[in-house]
Amino acid sequence: MILPRPGAIDCDLHLPLPPTRALLPRLNDFWREQLTTRYIDRTNFQLQSYPVNSPIATRADWAASREGETPLEKLRREALDPFGTRIAVCSMLHGAIALFNEDMNAAIVSAVNDFVAAEWLDREPRLRGSILVTGQSAAHSVAEIERLAHDKRFVQVLLPVMSDFLPGKRQMWPIYAAAQKHGLAIGLHAGSTYRNSPTGSGWGSYQVEDYIGMSTAFENAIVSFIAEGVFNEFPDLRLVCLESGFTFVPTLLWRINKEWRGVRAEVPWIDRPPAEIVKERVRFTLQPVDAPRDPKALAKVIEHMGNDDFLLFSTDYPHGHFEGVDCLPEGLPDSLIRKILVDNPLAAYPRLAQELAREAAALEKAR
Amino acid sequence: MTKHVVGTIDEVAPGMSKLVEVKGREIGVFNVNGSFYALANRCPHGGGSLCKGVVTGLALSDRPGDYKLVRMGEFLRCPWHGWEFEIKTGQSYCDPKSTRVRQFNVSVEAGEELVKGPYVAESFAVAVERNYIVVDL
Amino acid sequence: MNAPLRETKAVQKLMIVDCDIHPIQHSPRDLYPWLSKRWIEHYETFGPHVRVGLTGSQVFPRMSYAGQRADAYPANGGPPGCDLDLMISQHLDPIGVEAGMLVSLSKGGMEERNQDFAQALSHAVNDWQMEEWVRKEPRLKAGVVVPQEDAEFAAREIKLRAREQAYRQIIISPRSIEPLGRRRYWPIYAAAQEVGLPLGLHPSAFSGGSPSTGGGWPTYYMQEHYGFSTGVAGNIVSLIFEGVFERFPGMKVALIETGFTWIPALGWRMDKQWERMRKETPQVKRPPSEYLREHFWFATQPIEEPDNPAHLVDVIDWIGWDRMLFSTDYPHWDYDDPRHCIRFQMTDAQRNMLFRDNAKALYRL
Repeated sequence: MILPRPGAIDCDLHLPLPPTRALLPRLNDFWREQLTTRYIDRTNFQLQSYPVNSPIATRADWAASREGETPLEKLRREALDPFGTRIAVCSMLHGAIALFNEDMNAAIVSAVNDFVAAEWLDREPRLRGSILVTGQSAAHSVAEIERLAHDKRFVQVLLPVMSDFLPGKRQMWPIYAAAQKHGLAIGLHAGSTYRNSPTGSGWGSYQVEDYIGMSTAFENAIVSFIAEGVFNEFPDLRLVCLESGFTFVPTLLWRINKEWRGVRAEVPWIDRPPAEIVKERVRFTLQPVDAPRDPKALAKVIEHMGNDDFLLFSTDYPHGHFEGVDCLPEGLPDSLIRKILVDNPLAAYPRLAQELAREAAALEKAR
Repeated sequence: MTKHVVGTIDEVAPGMSKLVEVKGREIGVFNVNGSFYALANRCPHGGGSLCKGVVTGLALSDRPGDYKLVRMGEFLRCPWHGWEFEIKTGQSYCDPKSTRVRQFNVSVEAGEELVKGPYVAESFAVAVERNYIVVDL
Repeated sequence: MNAPLRETKAVQKLMIVDCDIHPIQHSPRDLYPWLSKRWIEHYETFGPHVRVGLTGSQVFPRMSYAGQRADAYPANGGPPGCDLDLMISQHLDPIGVEAGMLVSLSKGGMEERNQDFAQALSHAVNDWQMEEWVRKEPRLKAGVVVPQEDAEFAAREIKLRAREQAYRQIIISPRSIEPLGRRRYWPIYAAAQEVGLPLGLHPSAFSGGSPSTGGGWPTYYMQEHYGFSTGVAGNIVSLIFEGVFERFPGMKVALIETGFTWIPALGWRMDKQWERMRKETPQVKRPPSEYLREHFWFATQPIEEPDNPAHLVDVIDWIGWDRMLFSTDYPHWDYDDPRHCIRFQMTDAQRNMLFRDNAKALYRL
């Protein structure tokens, strides 16, 4: 179904990658020289997880630009205006995060983040940004967060769900400390830097296998956060699972509680049923709705999830998961739709909530 | 309620347990620091025989990476799924609201008093000079 | 969650088929009668050669009692699962096992890197389970263990063993080097279809080379154990999207010790992405969930425990009651006792299917 009213907060919207040469002005002399003399600037840093012309990465009717249209105008026409979007948390899934050279990786990622701020956030007030960081180096990631945290338009730190190691591990914690300090959520996005085979079953043959396997990567990432005690260590941290799907959530809640009751002594910092921690701290964006077509079955899944706070509205533009502007699945109760569209996103992103509170206070004062 | 004499107190040292049968029920008698408790020998979660489990303490933590073991001897870990129960209350540590092992009243009585009756002692005679563990059922 | 149901169920005399029982050797010497001198020497000199950092110890040490039922350690020594008399007295008899499917993971050669040694081991374990277990206790049914990385040998072993009625399925490890749909494994499926035996997939503690999750290695046993479900999901996807069931329409697969509540969501997710991406895999002729519905069976253990047990009924309604198998995982720590583990209401017909009839039909018992 279509959105019942304008004003939604879209929590997962993707910006097109610029040609790498467009990043050169934002690199220092050394890296600019390296990228140009090694012809790296002639490559496009497309992630293997999202082949640009595949239906996963681009919906057919969102593929072509109109003549003379800038990327920003295209985004407004296709992703913001038709949905009446009030705010969109956008991300640029840039392939520099897959570079093994962590210094080059970090330099290009910084250029990407600066490019997003200047070319997108400065020009479109509905957009909010994600600070892309490299999962393989906490030191670089923390430096990047500290460099950009003053810009309140960045509302989350962005990592791929599959990187060098499971994201709950302690070597990642400096990233979470920095994010918590600045009121930034952690966004884990579908995709992999392919340091490991995309599932525990090994390297499959097809793109579609990798994509289906993403939901199991999210399960294991959440179990990693819980088991390692990330949420104990960082009591204000929120984890947003972007483009994760969500029909696996009931099984996650049931299995993780059962595991804990049996092996609690191994991880004694988990001081209550882990499903409660997941319900409090982890969120999932709506698209792709990996649910059955039968609205009654979806309603059951929602009942099994047992938590109206879980879902955050997303279009996942320009990835193709629905037709036209038919972005809500049938079978969601009205009260839940209201929460998904606005309330839950505000609760997930402290910076958005603060911003809207400031706006409301200013309006009140003006009256 | 009938008093069932299930053993002498010397048979169950602190930290130990004894499996007894009273009116066809398997009951575990536990000695926690000198106090006796009687629990049904059936885990309310999955049906394991609790007396086969280990008597241990409670693992706690102030933060990830911090480990301590407290209240040694006060908890029972099921021999199957590892569920933890507080021996004193029968309560599950992970699911205290809805999972509890059935408890039975247990007391220590002097043989001198017991012999006045009535009581049931199935497999041995009660001697006046000893102290006994008695389960009411 | 203490359901009063249990009180009534305990008195019922329902016979069950247990689809996951693990026999083990008292010591490796138990296999010597079926190993040549060359391989006995090899075993004693070099031992197993696998893809984890420890042999004889676990890199994810299990919790209580080395991951076994504490009460399943035989009084006269040896590991749980090595003593047939104890298995009979504490498991087969009291819970009413009419037929028990053996899953002989121990030393079956599935994870052995030396392929000749792997052949010798799996051949010996197949002899051993027949002579030491099935012939002595006819309620037990054997599963042909084969090293899946050597598909040509595996196919020969399957055809050899299938001549004997007591082998009722084929056991391979889902921690394979490649996902199981890849063509290197197809000779196994051709043989399975030819002899008419289902394939049993049971998680193994040994990696085929990939970390147990796509995001890398876990830290804690809690995570590793959770991964029993996510670790096998990629194999289901692989089997379906490679077109294995189009090529081998008679093939049947039982998932053992993976839980089952994640199955419907996987089906929905596969269908959704297949619709978008179907040009990539023209060999997939129908919605993937249809292959899932037709070719897969699911053993219950370790059964998920929602706060509201009725949610499991919703899940089984989606899966199909005719595809559920009951399993205990004796003698492991997360054993499911049929008198206690099912906390939801079933009709008599559903109960019979889940505890017995589906397994009898699948394994032709």
